Amino acid sequence: MALLQISEPGEATAPHQHRLAAGIDLGTTNSLVATVRSGAAAVLEDEEGEAIFPSVVRYGNDGVSAIGRQAREQAAEDPYNTISSVKRLIGLSAEDIAASSASMMFQLVETDSTVPRIRTDAGPKTAIEVSADILKSLKARAEQSLGGELGGVVVTVPAYFDDTQRQATKDAAKLAGLNVYRLVNEPTAAAIAYGLDRQETDSTIAVYDLGGGTFDISILKLERGVFEVLSTAGDTALGGDDIDQALVSWFVGEHDITVGEDAALQRSLLDQARAVKHQLTDANEAQFQIEYQDKSYCSSLSLETFRSLVHVLVDRTLKSCRGALRQAKLKKTDIDNVVMVGGSTRVPIVRQMVSEFFDQDVLTDINPDEVVAVGAALQADVLAGNKPDSDMLLLDVNPLSLGIETHGGLVEQIIPRNTTIPVARAQEFTTFKDGQTAMALHVVQGERDLVRDCRSLGRFELRGFVPAVAGQARIQVMFQVDADGLLTVSAIEKISEVHAEVQIKPSYGLLDAEIETMIRDSMTHAEQDVAARMLQEQRVEAERTVAALDAAMSRDADEFLTASEKQKILDAREYVVQSGKSDDAEAIKNALRELESVSEVYVARRMNASVGETMTGKNIDSYQKQDNPS
Amino acid sequence: MAITLTDAAADHVKGFLANRGKGIGLRLAVRTTGCSGMAYVLEFADEVDEGDVVFDDNDIKVVVDPKSLVYLDGTELDFGKEGLNEGFKFNNPNVKDECGCGESFNV
Repeated sequence: MALLQISEPGEATAPHQHRLAAGIDLGTTNSLVATVRSGAAAVLEDEEGEAIFPSVVRYGNDGVSAIGRQAREQAAEDPYNTISSVKRLIGLSAEDIAASSASMMFQLVETDSTVPRIRTDAGPKTAIEVSADILKSLKARAEQSLGGELGGVVVTVPAYFDDTQRQATKDAAKLAGLNVYRLVNEPTAAAIAYGLDRQETDSTIAVYDLGGGTFDISILKLERGVFEVLSTAGDTALGGDDIDQALVSWFVGEHDITVGEDAALQRSLLDQARAVKHQLTDANEAQFQIEYQDKSYCSSLSLETFRSLVHVLVDRTLKSCRGALRQAKLKKTDIDNVVMVGGSTRVPIVRQMVSEFFDQDVLTDINPDEVVAVGAALQADVLAGNKPDSDMLLLDVNPLSLGIETHGGLVEQIIPRNTTIPVARAQEFTTFKDGQTAMALHVVQGERDLVRDCRSLGRFELRGFVPAVAGQARIQVMFQVDADGLLTVSAIEKISEVHAEVQIKPSYGLLDAEIETMIRDSMTHAEQDVAARMLQEQRVEAERTVAALDAAMSRDADEFLTASEKQKILDAREYVVQSGKSDDAEAIKNALRELESVSEVYVARRMNASVGETMTGKNIDSYQKQDNPS
Repeated sequence: MAITLTDAAADHVKGFLANRGKGIGLRLAVRTTGCSGMAYVLEFADEVDEGDVVFDDNDIKVVVDPKSLVYLDGTELDFGKEGLNEGFKFNNPNVKDECGCGESFNV
């Protein structure tokens, strides 16, 4: 006998027609899967009633030897084959990783491939493969719990994830045999879980996410059912683990214990710290107690002392909150709702300080560990088509501007940051040189004006179009960002209809901190960028003018110019070339103006000659006839 | 005869109704579809239509249209778990055979 769920009136699906859908929160430390049953969204538990699935995989000679809680418990036995926090690597290149703190945690295999691989007994593994193994376990749990095959899932990603990180996450889901309806930003999912997307009025929401090892603050704006990420900030190395560490330091200080390299001692200290932290959620005092070298150490920790230890850490998160508000150009009073996400927001002092900071009650009703997965499940249910009136068509925005390199290393933005996705924008470009038959397209992401300050996403070439005079070819470049924030760029030359296309594939990515830096840089370097753009534009102009002049002079300079006139022009030309090498935009501009004025005579004579040529030997009537064909 | 709910089923229905925030009870029906003739319909009820029969058991109102009642009379609605899966079960004395999955049945 099948187990049935209650449907909304008139929405009962025919047997075998109900599409099973789930939401997956693929976290750095822990993952969860949730679904909607009988109108209520809930996380799915394993056989032991545990909803939280540690994002840890241990590899043996024959592949995955342990996963989830089991793998985490065994981590100390086999640290090099036990992979945790793989989310920190997904979508990043080997260079990105080497430059980040994550490099300490993983042993990478040397390869020529741009996708880094982690050394394990089961062979080299990419971050995508490890994530896929985690997703496979969650898929199995969902299918057991729902009694059928999953129609599709919604997977959440951090708001600051860029294209390659999103694509890599999607690929991991595909590898796990999941059909991804959509990727949704984590703070957006949390807001959905609280039903904030169904408010009548537009609102501004702050999502405060303090997890085990990371802190994120996102400011969202909800306008006509569209979520826009106004700003994100955070700290990739701040979380509940730091609270534990602070407690350990305090305890070690109290008793003058030297921990050193003793892993077992470190572990029992951390376990005890975690226990004390949990006790202090509702008690006023807790005992910190460990046995070490046949001695027993014990201290009682009061809520007051705990507060003073945690205060410093929460202050750091509030600093990020201030930064996010500043970046979004908002005041604290502009925030309508504050959503608390992540297990560490259970600590009462965290709630209290955040509540005081935003001067309002914070939303904590939904289990902060589960809220993201619950939001994803609600979204998955709508996308599966189980609700015919899908008034909740969730839209997101792209986090960084997307553009193309133009001559002189300048960026032409095609899709500005915070544009609602899905979106398609096209822009026409033209050739720079006479007879040009190919064009290199360089797709970049970032807020700066110069290509070298932005991030390169991909390059491709459009070849084989009809040669024409510079500026005559019409090349349409189309940028399409799908609902998951993934980019496809296509280019077509309109006369010969030559076509080329590139999809942004995961090969490398940016760390969230770098994205923040990129956005911040674009503000702090705004003046510098304007100057750089002006200089570059003048240089391009100088180059083009000199090229055009050279082409003309080689043909008919002697015909139209006296020797002294010619020399004057050549001097002015040389002056333009020289100043073009300097960094002074104003000087290039002046030189160009000078060249223009000395070559005025030449231009005028050429023009007259060419007009004369066309008209010579033609009756004035023929022009009139052309004008009036009747 | 009547339609009844087990305690487990009634508790879950109460929970789901409270979570939904509206609705007078549960609507049970059958329709002719599925791989073996008939299929159950289990929905929240927001209103009682003309001719509907309303049963009150275990503090839950169960609304059934007269046509469906022919196939459902005597049914006990239960809530159960099979491994990790959980949901509602129809213990229907009228059923002669059902399809392998049990989502549809014959009388």
